[in-house]
Amino acid sequence: MYDVIVVGGGHAGCEASNISAKLGMKTLLLTMNKKNIADMPCNPSIGGVAKGIIVREIDALGGLMGVVADKSHFQIKMLNNSKGPAVRSLRCQADKRVYPKVMLEYLESNPNLEIKEALVEDLIIENNTVKGVILSDNTKIYSKTVILTTGTYLKASILVGSTKKDEGPHGEGRSNTLSDKLKEYGLEIIRLKTGTPPRIAKDSIDFSKLKEELGDDTYYTFSHDIKPVYDINKQQKCYLLYTNALTHQIIRDNLTKSAMYGGYVTGTGPRYCPSIEDKIVRFSDKERHQLFLEPESIYYDEWYLQGFSTSMPVDVQEKLVHSLEGLEHAKITKYAYAIEYDAINPLQMHPSLENKIIHNLFTAGQINCTSGYEEAAGQGLIAGINAVQKILDTEPLILKRDEAYIGVLIDDLVTKGIKDPYRMLTSRAEFRLILRHDNADLRLRDIAYKYHTINDEQYERLQQKKKDIANLIKEIKNTKLELNEEIKKDFINNNFSVPLRNLSYEELLRRPEITFNFLNNYHHFNYNKDVLEQVEILIKYEGYINKALKESAKLKKIEEKEIPENIDYTKIKNLASEARQKLSEIRPRTIAQASRISGVNPSDITILSLYLKKEYNND
Amino acid sequence: MEDTICAISTAKGVGAISIIRISGKDAFKIINKIYKGKDLNKVESNTINYGYIYDKDELIDEVLVSILKSPKTYTMEDIVEINSHGGINTTNRILELVLENGARLAEPGEFTKRAFLNGRIDLTKAEAVNDLINAKSDLARKVALNNIKGNLYNKIKSLRNSIGELMANIEVNIDYPEYEDIEVITNEILKPKLNKIKEEIKIILNNTKNAKLINNGINVALIGRPNTGKSSILNKFLDEEKAIVTNIPGTTRDIVEGSITLDGFEINFIDTAGIRETSDVVEKIGVEKSKQATKDADIVIVVLNNNEKLTKEDEELINLVPENKRIIFVNKNDLENKLELKDEYVLGNTIDYSGIDNLKNAIKDKLNLDNIMVSDMTYMSNIREIDLLKKALNNIQSAITNLNSMPIDMLEIDISNAWNNLGEIIGEVYQDELLDILFSNFCVGK
Repeated sequence: MYDVIVVGGGHAGCEASNISAKLGMKTLLLTMNKKNIADMPCNPSIGGVAKGIIVREIDALGGLMGVVADKSHFQIKMLNNSKGPAVRSLRCQADKRVYPKVMLEYLESNPNLEIKEALVEDLIIENNTVKGVILSDNTKIYSKTVILTTGTYLKASILVGSTKKDEGPHGEGRSNTLSDKLKEYGLEIIRLKTGTPPRIAKDSIDFSKLKEELGDDTYYTFSHDIKPVYDINKQQKCYLLYTNALTHQIIRDNLTKSAMYGGYVTGTGPRYCPSIEDKIVRFSDKERHQLFLEPESIYYDEWYLQGFSTSMPVDVQEKLVHSLEGLEHAKITKYAYAIEYDAINPLQMHPSLENKIIHNLFTAGQINCTSGYEEAAGQGLIAGINAVQKILDTEPLILKRDEAYIGVLIDDLVTKGIKDPYRMLTSRAEFRLILRHDNADLRLRDIAYKYHTINDEQYERLQQKKKDIANLIKEIKNTKLELNEEIKKDFINNNFSVPLRNLSYEELLRRPEITFNFLNNYHHFNYNKDVLEQVEILIKYEGYINKALKESAKLKKIEEKEIPENIDYTKIKNLASEARQKLSEIRPRTIAQASRISGVNPSDITILSLYLKKEYNND
Repeated sequence: MEDTICAISTAKGVGAISIIRISGKDAFKIINKIYKGKDLNKVESNTINYGYIYDKDELIDEVLVSILKSPKTYTMEDIVEINSHGGINTTNRILELVLENGARLAEPGEFTKRAFLNGRIDLTKAEAVNDLINAKSDLARKVALNNIKGNLYNKIKSLRNSIGELMANIEVNIDYPEYEDIEVITNEILKPKLNKIKEEIKIILNNTKNAKLINNGINVALIGRPNTGKSSILNKFLDEEKAIVTNIPGTTRDIVEGSITLDGFEINFIDTAGIRETSDVVEKIGVEKSKQATKDADIVIVVLNNNEKLTKEDEELINLVPENKRIIFVNKNDLENKLELKDEYVLGNTIDYSGIDNLKNAIKDKLNLDNIMVSDMTYMSNIREIDLLKKALNNIQSAITNLNSMPIDMLEIDISNAWNNLGEIIGEVYQDELLDILFSNFCVGK
């Protein structure tokens, strides 16, 4: 008898099983193939805009993705550096061979975690509560909770042109009956589609025709706890290339041969990740589309052609790749494919990621209609933490929209429903100025400590950082830069306007052009880089940060007003019928969540509030 | 950090007294900024205080202010109720002042909502207001639909679309930073676009002035020395047009003496001292009262006597009224002409109706009413909308001001706030809309 069984060893499953075991639970991770633990079947990178902030949050909350990425990448970049602190985000090129290896080492070092190869085809359900899993050989394994992180393996089909194979990525098997069983138990199944581009042999690429993309020359880590372990001078290059008129012509000529346009695909694909044929059809006036070539690993010679995902048959793929400048003689080592798979309707989940219909069953990752390693890992972590809370009968961890991107992600999933696979974007977060890369620990580590997912040392480090920030703010408010002729000259030489009187360092920092870097010439600020960065952001953008805080404070009050789980919406008079139907389906947890459902108007919210007051004496 | 809300809580257009209610933690702070009289922070709860509302140095109204301190109030928050005597224009003016000083306009039913949220309303009352709010918001929905028809809706929508496209471009720059073919929104591109948006909002706000004439009527004041015939002119107007409202003597606070319709516009004659004076009461012209009337009125008719020479007082009155509001009516053209005047004037008498017709035409010309009827009617018709549009303008202005000192992610906050303000006006606040624009306009993705 286990406490927690995790089904699937992808990014969600790794985080879920690790955290549950870390919290002392007897945990079993079931995977079809141990070699594919933490596999990266698509792009060879971790992080990216918004996603990089999710990785920081995972790290702040005691998860593994950040530190594993730090130990396995060969290039790292801070994206959007010039666009402001709210949208900065890290991305690394993670080595597809190293990342899974490092992850597996972490998992295997955890004494409470057992990893086993098996295929799950059914669940043991009693009284609407999951009691364990049933394997393909009919073995039953019992547990208190189950977390499904099945990725694309539920009834997976791989499509290349008109050929369709019922298998998962890498020619692996698939789970044939689990999604049918889930449907039997009352879950709504959604068919989704995604795709991946071809891989190219390194020695067949003419790099001289391509534009280089380099890593940053500053050291960064995702993790809040480790020092960089890479050498900035030994980072690998990526390359930039473009499609051309010939590529587009080949696509147009062969459009009906594509699985997508030939009508072979039934699942819904992601909008933000269109196949190359989609791009040509939908943006027919564009003369070229940008592509990237990225190494998958430094241990083998396969390159990933980002931006070129397609479901064309292999002969057309050959022509297409050869039409690209630099790839005229390219050898395709793996053809692009589209993959269809089953997922469940995320509206059937609680914000804790527990299923509403089957108790003690949690889900995370692509099965919840998301896409992306980081989105999956973030959910896996939360599902793991909350499976444990369920066993302990304590409050689940539900992150709010102004606390974390992970909070935005889960709230969107359980409130708005899904039209296509969900990818995180900064524009989904209304409080992105609060949800920054630089303050993930300040936002989340107190919460993590409360849930015992970080240790005392990590907690102490946070408290020290908070103290340093407070002290530094005091220091810059209370000290002035005493101007003299020399300093004035420095200002002039830097093209800064010279202050008319002696200003405090705080006043100086408010000026857009002035940084601690410059001020350090006149006053030694004895604090580490993170603290200086934090204070600089807080001072410089104070006005806008306050605007955002004011907006988020508005939410707080209604966020605290809970809606009883057993509420009967048919009994509330005067609700508009659309609102009644949506509320009944989604069953929001709080008034705030209810107000985010499209079709629920402010007047419906007022009526609902009044009803709660009357029926439940809910203040 | 709950904000402070305000609204006119008496029915619009009915009753001589209007109440502006403010509720929230800044209620007393706000009233003290615009009130002259006792320090309202220091008065007892549940007291009514006599004083004046000022906009900086300008007197707006003489008022009674009720101070109700938290928690024993309707909303359980600090409440201020301003009893204004000034009719709809003055009341709106006070409301605008309160808004400018930090309050936000309440949503329909929001005071009750707060009363409920703060645990003030008991079960039976909650039941009763339930129906009320529902009815109210339904009405509000209909009213909104009626107000926002045709031009205005399309205008705001297209303005909002242009902001939306700008935002989608900014967002795509942020979410897909490495796509070199996508135009990067730089300050040089942003600046003219923001200025254009700002100008367009300003135009709508200007049109709003005309809208006020249509919705609230045209306020006309008659001023002049005693015995120039103001009261006869007024009576002629009201008699001929079968006045829809006439004054009930004794309610001295009434501002509107009577209203008529003129080519579909409502004309309200507003009170100035001496209009209804009787011949046996000799009164001074009351320059102070006339000054006040001049401020409240859209049109001021300065009445002069054709049969007398221009006096110093007459000149004073003429100079009191800005040219764009002023119509000089030279009355009593049936009598001998002794008046000499260099300003433009309208001639007539109150024996036959010719003087009245001349005056009507003068009013129409002055306000360009014929043009209002046919010109582009993009204007905001209610205070909530105007308030939102002003907010949108402020947000755009903030983005323009900070253009060179703040990175794009900050500016985008102002721009998206403006986008949301406009969305609230036309009832579109669908959150994922931006993503729809983004993915339909830009080709991005792996």
